[in-house]
Parts: sequence; C-alpha cells; structure tokens
Amino acid sequence: MTMAQALFYLMAFIALASALFVAASKSLVRSVFMFFVTLMALAGLYVLALADFIAITQIVIYIGGILVLILFAFMLSGRETLANLQQQDNRFISIGKLPALLLAVVFFMVMINILFKTDVNHLLWLSKAIAHKNVFSPSDATVSNIGINLMTRYLLPFEAMSILLMMALIGAAHLSRKEKKA
Amino acid sequence: MIPLSDFLIVSAGLFCTGLYIILSKHNAIQILIGIELMLNAAVLNLVAFGKFDRLNNGGQLFALFAIVLAAATTAVALAIILNVYKKYKTIDPGKIDELRD
Repeated sequence: MTMAQALFYLMAFIALASALFVAASKSLVRSVFMFFVTLMALAGLYVLALADFIAITQIVIYIGGILVLILFAFMLSGRETLANLQQQDNRFISIGKLPALLLAVVFFMVMINILFKTDVNHLLWLSKAIAHKNVFSPSDATVSNIGINLMTRYLLPFEAMSILLMMALIGAAHLSRKEKKA
Repeated sequence: MIPLSDFLIVSAGLFCTGLYIILSKHNAIQILIGIELMLNAAVLNLVAFGKFDRLNNGGQLFALFAIVLAAATTAVALAIILNVYKKYKTIDPGKIDELRD
C-alpha cells in the first residue's frame, strides 16, 4: 500500500466518522464543529484526487465563509433554541427516526449496487481518456489551465454564476433589513 | 493509484449521512448542514471524475461552481432562518405551520 492510498483511507475514515458524529450528536454547537472536521477531510480527499485548487477553494469558502455564517446565525438565534435543543430526545436510533434511517440505508445500498453494476473503473470514456493521456498526473501544474479554461470555454457559466451571486447578495440584504412600518 | 470506485463509495456514504440528517433533525440549521453535506458529496464525485479531463477541466470547474453556488444559497437560507426565528421564536420546520401574517 502506497503512502497516497494510506492517506486516502485515513481521510475517508475521518470524513465518514465525523459526518456520522454530526448526525448523531446531541448538541448543535458540537455538530457544527464536527462538520468543520468533515470539510477539512474532504479538502484532503480533493488533494488526493489531484484537484489542489478545488481543495484550497473548499477551505477558503466553506470553512472561512459558510461555517462562520452558520455559527453566526446560530448565535443570533438566541439562547432559548439552545435550551430547547438540549432537552429534546436525540438518541441516534429511536422509533421516530427509524424511517429516516431506513431510507438512508436503502438509498446507500441502491447507490453501491449501481456503482458495482456499472463497473465504474472500466467505463468506456475513462479508458479512452487514459489512452489519450488526458489524465492528471501528480506532477502537473493545474491552476493556470483552470484559469484559461474559466475565461474561455466556461465563460458563460462563469458569468451566470456572477449574476446569481449578485442576486443572492441582494436577496440576503433584502431579507435581513429592518422592517419599516408600512 | 487510488481506484475511482473508492471515491464514489465515500461520496455515497456522505450523501446518505446528509440524507439522514435532513430527514431526522428538528432544527433548520442542522438541516442546512445536511444539505451542505450532500452538496459536498456531489462535489467529491465531480472532482473524482474530473481527474480524467486534463485538457478541459470540466469536472473541477463545475466543482468550483457548485461550491460557489452553495455559498450563495447558504447566505440566503440563513437570512430566511433568522427572519423565521424573529417571527415564530422557533426554527423547527415542523412547528412553522401557518402562512398568514
């Protein structure tokens, strides 16, 4: 087993275990901080999939932006919710959560089944890509190619994304403004 | 080399954990965390397949777009959650059951 493989299985274990902890945790604050660990492990997995730029973006946007935003909203939504949350019955398996657990497990089994039926490692286009040497190797410098593609081939989605970001900004500002007496 | 199927299995596990969180939690913020987990599983898939597209970077760029999209939607969703909390004093989606103001 090579170093990369060992690191991959370590990261995968950390990601899955912390995700399960998020699902099982009693307190909201603890689950938010465990989600932080999940996102970090996922960034590690992106690096092992040879997408270093995506990994850095993940850390900057998810951990620097979204997680801080979630904590901020949580702190703003007051003490009472915190107290309510602690009291409610939050065991991992209880009768009320059985349908959710059943659905998640069955869905997982369906996905794994499809994955093995399609024989994902030997798909046609993947073997074509390998034959044409269209595969990342660990020594490639990827970021400049990403920049060029972003400004040429994928310019339309990029611009659509910028419009969507502006809409989200205006929408969030509109939603959180002080209510005037109409 | 790490086989592609391992990435997909990890991603399927994360997706189902997110699904379970969404279905079982009684708190809008935790449901939002579940949605983020599912989005991250999808991004992991995009990145894992994107390894086989060196010239066009299709998978990696759309992973980037998905991350930015998640950031934008989270900002709006949190603003909505704060407003709902102001109005109903609870963020349990099961208890918010009246539409008129």
